[in-house]
Amino acid sequence: MSTATETNAPKRKAPAGERVADWADGRLGVYSLAKANMRKIFPDHWSFMLGEVALYSFIIIILTGVYLTLFFHPSMNEVEYHGSYVPMQGVRMSEAFASTLDISFDVRGGLLVRQIHHWAALIFLGAMFVHMMRVFFTGAFRKPREINWLFGFLLFVLGMFTGFTGYSLPDDLLSGTGVRFMEGAILSMPIIGTYGAMFLFGGEFPGHDFVARFFSIHVLLLPGIMLGLLVAHLILVFYHKHTQFAGPGRTNKNVVGMPLLPVYMAKAGGFFFLVFGVISAIAAAFTVNPIWALGPYRPDQVSTNAQPDWYMGFSEGLIRIMPGWEIHLWGHTIVMGVFIPLMVFPLVLAAIAVYPFIESWVTGDKREHHIADRPRNAPTRTSFGAAWIAWYTVMLIGGGNDLVATHFDLSINAITWFVRIAFFVVPVVVFFITRRVCLGLQRRDRDKVLHGRESGIIKRLPHGEFIEVHQQLSQEQLHTLTAHDQHKPYEAGPEVDENGVQRKVSRGQKLRARLSRGYYGEQAQIPKPTSEEYTEQLTSGHGHH
Amino acid sequence: MSETSHENVSEKHLPSEQENGHGAVAVADDPFADPGLPPHEPRIQDIDERAAKRSERVVAMLFTASMLATLGFIASFVLVPVDKIIYVWPAGRIGALNFALGMTLGVALFCIGAGAVHWARTLMSDHELVDERHAISAEPDTKAKVMEDFAQGAKESALGRRSLIRKTMFGALALVPLSGVVLLRDLGPLPGDKLVHTLWSKGKLLVNENTQQPLRPEDIGVGSLTFAMPEGLEEDDEDFQQQIAKAALMLVRLEPDDIKDKRELDWSHEGIVAYSKICTHVGCPVSLYEQQTHHVLCPCHQSTFDLSDGARVIFGPAGHALPQLKISVNKDGFLEAQGDFEEPVGPAYWERRA
Repeated sequence: MSTATETNAPKRKAPAGERVADWADGRLGVYSLAKANMRKIFPDHWSFMLGEVALYSFIIIILTGVYLTLFFHPSMNEVEYHGSYVPMQGVRMSEAFASTLDISFDVRGGLLVRQIHHWAALIFLGAMFVHMMRVFFTGAFRKPREINWLFGFLLFVLGMFTGFTGYSLPDDLLSGTGVRFMEGAILSMPIIGTYGAMFLFGGEFPGHDFVARFFSIHVLLLPGIMLGLLVAHLILVFYHKHTQFAGPGRTNKNVVGMPLLPVYMAKAGGFFFLVFGVISAIAAAFTVNPIWALGPYRPDQVSTNAQPDWYMGFSEGLIRIMPGWEIHLWGHTIVMGVFIPLMVFPLVLAAIAVYPFIESWVTGDKREHHIADRPRNAPTRTSFGAAWIAWYTVMLIGGGNDLVATHFDLSINAITWFVRIAFFVVPVVVFFITRRVCLGLQRRDRDKVLHGRESGIIKRLPHGEFIEVHQQLSQEQLHTLTAHDQHKPYEAGPEVDENGVQRKVSRGQKLRARLSRGYYGEQAQIPKPTSEEYTEQLTSGHGHH
Repeated sequence: MSETSHENVSEKHLPSEQENGHGAVAVADDPFADPGLPPHEPRIQDIDERAAKRSERVVAMLFTASMLATLGFIASFVLVPVDKIIYVWPAGRIGALNFALGMTLGVALFCIGAGAVHWARTLMSDHELVDERHAISAEPDTKAKVMEDFAQGAKESALGRRSLIRKTMFGALALVPLSGVVLLRDLGPLPGDKLVHTLWSKGKLLVNENTQQPLRPEDIGVGSLTFAMPEGLEEDDEDFQQQIAKAALMLVRLEPDDIKDKRELDWSHEGIVAYSKICTHVGCPVSLYEQQTHHVLCPCHQSTFDLSDGARVIFGPAGHALPQLKISVNKDGFLEAQGDFEEPVGPAYWERRA
């Protein structure tokens, strides 16, 4: 570059922007970066914006969070409140609670920033959840994106705990109850429980330490890790390039869409402002977490309708529906009623996290996949995902059993029993229903390809019969509906080889073959039409009635 | 980019049945073949300069609206009093300043976004472009070079040959994090018997939590819960929160004939029974009382206890009954404790004896 500038120098001076870029290129090599990325292609589909919502709400959370640290005092020192919120004047409370009241009532705009922060957190977790489901149902987690799937999953889990430590900071009556629950959960751990609780709270609950400790976890430790994971997640998205749905001109070897500069930059950059604008408007109108109505935390007081934020709701459901079993052995207590939910909680999450590895083992598929599946074309995966969502939803209902009871005038005992049974039954039922629906949709696709689209035109034949005219699909549509792969089940091979000698087939192989038949056997997918079938339909005339 | 060659795509990483992408390859004998990218359909703005001008004006209008909204934000900050409440449908009665700031900020941000997206959709080129993908895995010769380099580096380090170095190094690296673990020791004290004892002891008066006055039997009415704490515990005590977290007590008056549990009757006074208020599930304060059935319900996870039958669990996730405090009346007619709880209050834990 420097030589080029020297030779050009006598003619004219480069514009200022170019000179700045030259300067940066000499130090950072920005031209090589820009060459590879400035016109990078991004495919377009509405569902691809879900991850963007998550990314932008994370940025909003960081911006508003930094502002909140300017006013929040992460301290449990007891003070008497003398701020401008009259109902709390003279009440003893922690400095954390008092400074949250100050942010809400004395700092102009403080309440707005607090509410944007909280709403953005709720939306962040929601967007990550839906984004994760999009990736799941389209099979976008397949090779080469398995590691990025795990990064995303970790972001979701860390986001949950960042949220929990965050809403515990104001030290209000509701969040304190949540922290007390956490103490109970830690106490239930065999052998180490009491030590864990003493170490976390710096002594007996609630002590004077947890707000300060949660604060550094909430603003430093967890967001620091998340920021790192987020950057890695985005770098991998860039590196792998985006998935796309099958369609004319869209193959596994290319990516079709709009260039980063200018279209994607304007759309994605603009979308940040749209998300921020909508969250601001929500925070303007809808109060979230009104800690002034709850009051400061006291371990002997509680409010009814005690609910965690939505993303913790499924763990709340686990703890509410579990029967209170305690096992007493040799002078010790194993608190199954709390410890089992505590162990099931990570298992629920792990079930969805490890799925990509199970699928790739069952299918033995080692190829790269860049074409997003339509959910119907992967019935077993889709059914598993739907079953998981149903399971999660059952637990959410369990977590809100008191709200369900009061809103629908039902017995809380009946709801709890319903959830206990549904926990085991509903996922299985949903699995089989979803599979039937997927196969039905596959049949419809097959029918559409072979017989065309229903045109809505009714024709009367000379002998009086009425028929509906079907229109053949265009080649674009035919290609789109038949572009997906259909796997054959994995065979473990015969147990006896050609010479009649016993052949060793391991149990793992047998299991894999069985699972693979479940995935790709005759009952699990409708064969997609072949071009021979199609031409035969055309020539025999059935396609045109 | 589309012009880059893709000769280094290794075939074995790609589905064999995929066609080579863009460009019409439609052949009569395969009706399902990829017809290639459809031709570009021009938008009204591409053909009609007046429509393009209209789009430009819409975008400029949105950006201008954003500027005005930001001015509105600053004006609201200065002009709207911080304590003014207004009614806004459907949100109800909310702070005027919060509403004004949030709405102006929301409009200012949203209009920038809407302007940028409208600009991109109507005025920027909408010709679809194609990038080629490249296999992620390295070519065999790249891999061979890496393996060779690694072998060379490993050989030069002599780590494999000099086992004394290897073993001591792994030992040192394995031990050094222990310092970090040890440092965590002073996060808190050892549990000891802290969870076993509360402030209650023989002769301690039961003080009404609301009035701060010692309770007499006649203060406990039928049909409602009365909350009490031990005499001498003050709200401004350094350890008030820790103590009340264990000592919180609820009192209820039952008909002595209604008490089914023999010990409960023995530990009561004239039908007044005193139970720990801390739920044995995970420690929420039990606080919902149903006077007809003498059941108390924890509002957090709905564990239900029967106060007329030793506070045993009749529903929900709690694992054992609420501990009872033995009470009587002293010579001045005040309710007093006959000792501490006989078992630890609150959630169960490993060292707890049944």
